[in-house]
Amino acid sequence: MEIIVASSVGILTAGGVYLILRLRTFPVILGLALLSYAVNVFLFASGRLAIDQSPILSKYGEATYTDPLPQALVLTAIVISFGMTAVLVMIGLGAFLEADSDKIDIEAEDDSKEVQP
Amino acid sequence: MHWIILPVVLPAMVAPLIGFVMRWDITLARSASVATTILLVGISIGLAVMASGGETFLYKLGNWPAPFGIVLVLDRLSALMVLLTTVLALIVLIHAIATGWDNRGRHFHALFQFQLMGICGAFLTGDVFNLFVFFEVLLIASYGLMIHSGGKDRMRAGLQYVVMNLAGSTLFLFALGTLYASTGTLNIADLAERIPQIPPEEAALVRVAAILLMIVFAVKAALFPVQFWLPATYANAPAPVAALFAIMTKVGAYAILRVHTTAFGPGIPGTEGLAGTWLFPAAIVTIAIGAIGVLGARRLMPLIGFSVVGSMGTLLVAVAAFSPTATSAALYYMVHSTFAAACLFLIADLVVSRRSADRLIPEPATVQNGLFAALFFAAAIAMAGMPPLSGFLGKLLVLDAMREPGVMGWAWSAILIGSLLTILGFARAGSTLFWKSTAMTPEADNSGLEDVAPPNHATALQVAPSMLALAVLAALAAFAGPVSAYLEDTSAQLFDRDGYVAAVLEQPEEG
Repeated sequence: MEIIVASSVGILTAGGVYLILRLRTFPVILGLALLSYAVNVFLFASGRLAIDQSPILSKYGEATYTDPLPQALVLTAIVISFGMTAVLVMIGLGAFLEADSDKIDIEAEDDSKEVQP
Repeated sequence: MHWIILPVVLPAMVAPLIGFVMRWDITLARSASVATTILLVGISIGLAVMASGGETFLYKLGNWPAPFGIVLVLDRLSALMVLLTTVLALIVLIHAIATGWDNRGRHFHALFQFQLMGICGAFLTGDVFNLFVFFEVLLIASYGLMIHSGGKDRMRAGLQYVVMNLAGSTLFLFALGTLYASTGTLNIADLAERIPQIPPEEAALVRVAAILLMIVFAVKAALFPVQFWLPATYANAPAPVAALFAIMTKVGAYAILRVHTTAFGPGIPGTEGLAGTWLFPAAIVTIAIGAIGVLGARRLMPLIGFSVVGSMGTLLVAVAAFSPTATSAALYYMVHSTFAAACLFLIADLVVSRRSADRLIPEPATVQNGLFAALFFAAAIAMAGMPPLSGFLGKLLVLDAMREPGVMGWAWSAILIGSLLTILGFARAGSTLFWKSTAMTPEADNSGLEDVAPPNHATALQVAPSMLALAVLAALAAFAGPVSAYLEDTSAQLFDRDGYVAAVLEQPEEG
């Protein structure tokens, strides 16, 4: 199971970084979404991987439990990244409509001619 | 003891009220926003007085004991930062209202209050994950403020800013996951207690987490090599928002100070010297980038943005030493550079709004050319670090703290040469904007753009915020003795790791 979790975090991160480096609005949004999936799985793994264990202490003593804190962290991270993606989509749409281009890079403006009046 | 949470709760309650109830009535929104900010200044003065005794106060949310629940911690450093934030916010808010910036788009005041909530929360929290949450709060408000009033360039620069910070947030989460996996806690005091127990040969994951966290904070603090977003963002943001953002870079510097001193700081075998080793050269390069950028800028707003980059470099050179003397110098310079940068942006707004654009080219002199020139001159010498304002004293303190061999040569030459280049850049900009403009004859006006707007005099209220910021800088220089004595106590408290851990983790039960 470790190899599956580790490689999925790695592949999601690699895909996310690649898409962000495309520097166009839509791939970048997808890339950031992939990155946030990767980090969510990663946060889960930070509380040690466990199967079939509840995240609460059992009152019957012997039953082991899995760490509940990473689950709370992941929940917070999911909510925040979901909201942020929505904001990013709106700002990206606004920038596309204003500038008529979905490039994220801003090319250097040519203001050399205006220096000498 | 509920005072500690008020700087977070008060704006959090007022902001939705302004957003939903007062959205159609700008006068009502303005009065609510100003009243809240004045209240916040009062509260933060109260908190600063409370913390000045040297005690560390704790606020347990939901009354859960420290390592399990989230805590807010008030010590001298966080009280100082909250006070700095609220005073700056009041100055910026008056400027935004007086110049009408707040009415050029929707929801300025609601976003402004959310921004204050995030910044104050980030300064007060005692938990690294909670720090992440407050970072997100202040960032999401700053996205809205950054693109306030819209426009092509602003939207595109805003998109860049958002993408940059979202990538940074993801990195923050990776760092927190690594830290939790290796230590089992995210409470700063608990981290400070557990990390020293990890033997150095097993601390590799902790070191990775420490460096990842430093990269994240460096993005906020505009440190090389992740400084490139700052000039474009500050140059395209509305000027009052850029002035408020002067505190945002300091959030990054504060987080490095707090986390890397308390949790990964000196005296801990696993991570000792790690942060300083990387921070110092990066800060030196940051100073160089800032100075060269100031010298090469062709527009006024990016010029000020680069001077902010340079001042962050100077600040982080002092932070990188991780010693009490250097930290108190860094704190003095931090207070100074926040007000100096904000003041420059506010004055630049007054100047640029009366010209065709913010390009550094001679244009016919505007009304009140002398007044603006004097204000710009005063703010520029403060930023560049010339006497008599506090920039000179701040840089002097930083230089004085950097006396170790091996550090001194790099730090002194970077700061001194950087200051010289900054002075040259500002002198060039000021003489183009104000002197060459007076030399132009009014006839030359016809060759350029038609003068659309009639000359509009700056009202007293529009100039007052910049004057106020300058007055703060002058006061900081005049009362440098008491201020630096207080800051020495502050950094002594910051380096007293055992005191912090004891105050947070072993708080006696109280009703």
